[in-house]
Amino acid sequence: MIFLKSGILTSIQDIGRCGFKDKGINPSGAMDTLSMRLLNILLGNEDTEAVLEFHYPTPTITFEEHALFAIGGANFSGSLNNKSVSNWKVLEAKPGDMLCFGKKVNGERAYIAIKGGFNLKKSLGSNSTNLLGGFGGKKIEKGDSLDLNLKNGQLFAATKKVYLAPKTVNVNLRPAFEQNQEIRVIVGKDLSNLDLESRNKIFNQSFIISSHADRMGYRLEGDCLNLQSSEEQISSSVAFGTIQLLPDGQLVILMADHQTTGGYPKLANVISVDLSILAQLSVGQHVTFREISMEVAESVFLKQEREMKKFKSAVQLYL
Amino acid sequence: MKYEIYSLSEHSISLYFEQKISPEINDLVLSACEWINKNPMIGFVEVVPAYASLTVFYKILEIKPLIKSGTISEYVEDYLKSIPFEELTQLEREPKIVEIPVKYNGEDLISLCEAKEIDRRELIKLHTAPDYRVYMMGFLPGFAYLGGLDKKLSMPRRAKPRIRVPKGSVGIAGNQTGIYPVSSPGGWQLIGQTDAVLFDPKMKKMTLLNNGDTVRFVEG
Repeated sequence: MIFLKSGILTSIQDIGRCGFKDKGINPSGAMDTLSMRLLNILLGNEDTEAVLEFHYPTPTITFEEHALFAIGGANFSGSLNNKSVSNWKVLEAKPGDMLCFGKKVNGERAYIAIKGGFNLKKSLGSNSTNLLGGFGGKKIEKGDSLDLNLKNGQLFAATKKVYLAPKTVNVNLRPAFEQNQEIRVIVGKDLSNLDLESRNKIFNQSFIISSHADRMGYRLEGDCLNLQSSEEQISSSVAFGTIQLLPDGQLVILMADHQTTGGYPKLANVISVDLSILAQLSVGQHVTFREISMEVAESVFLKQEREMKKFKSAVQLYL
Repeated sequence: MKYEIYSLSEHSISLYFEQKISPEINDLVLSACEWINKNPMIGFVEVVPAYASLTVFYKILEIKPLIKSGTISEYVEDYLKSIPFEELTQLEREPKIVEIPVKYNGEDLISLCEAKEIDRRELIKLHTAPDYRVYMMGFLPGFAYLGGLDKKLSMPRRAKPRIRVPKGSVGIAGNQTGIYPVSSPGGWQLIGQTDAVLFDPKMKKMTLLNNGDTVRFVEG
């Protein structure tokens, strides 16, 4: 596939790069891993197969060869040769077909998964694009071309099978987001160091996603939160979803391109299931935080994994 | 052994030693990481050392079948508690010494000299004198947090960070000095430039510097 337009930020991502955080190498990876995995499963790929992640303004793509693909995550009104196409469905492209996007309907990050995946060489065990380090995957520029793994012959065989399998992702499985989104968190090491008023506020006020929201982190706007004692902290590890308190009393949530370590107080951590929802929220939207126990957080994660497994089995039955 | 354990996320857990920047505590962190890497639990993904803490990342799905009662997080906590800390303190580490040649021509060199009322020669002398320790990797791929800067060179970050600090820039921020392994935005006071390759994903060890290494800057 060839990119006639690159879009504002289009990159190859997968589940992220693990095992090198001790060298300062951040994980990167898809922001909305749920959408990424669902699209891959729908196409009968490994759920960790690399996908294209793109934002609005969107890329424009021409297919050089036959391909089966699916779009999901944000809805940017896709159209193939000027005929509108739906998200979460198996789609077929012929050589010369053009994929465009129109209006931004909802969400911030959309994904394209390709049957069989892209022909890419892994870097440090992953195809995710490390935008900071400038390695791995690919950040798409105008005129770039991506090679697909499945060539015509293999693809026709695959096509027949995929069309027998479920053709869409069940609505209940897709990430759903609301205007006032509740985000579930587990408590962090420094939450108990908030003063009483702030401890009340963090779970009882809504925060606005500020314009400083990108793949590295989301800065939030709300009433200032204060610590009881503000000794300087020594930096330690952080994770995707860590909510830190900045010196100005505002919160930042670390996202996929976060640094591996941080020195600000860690108040809470967004549960991984809700990170995919957070990844789709836009500037100006409101979020509230709800604290859940570790036990519940683990069971929410395990429940989603069971549902993914079920969907996978339903698709694989035909492949 | 005094330590505290906190969950970071539902997939990671941190162990904090006394929160102090010291070679002894950092040695203990590295020895504990070594023990974990040699005795990984089922579901282990990676362990990440920091100044005075370490964090274990794990796979819930792989640990789940082992659990009879309680949470997966508690199971991993028990594993961390099983580390033989007292034996670890006996381990001796042989630090790797890395010399880094620096051209002292950074954009903030003159203003830093003026602020400290020293000349360029004095700054070079002060910056090249100590043995620095890599206390932690982070910020950027291959970026080492170096401790041991002479207090006379201590300088806060720039009020306005630069949009692009070139790869190989040597800088100062507070009591730390460090080298930008890749070009990136950054607020450190730039004093020089090195041709040393700090990060290359194709290199066998990927990064020139690693946790616990000793760094010496030389002019040239």
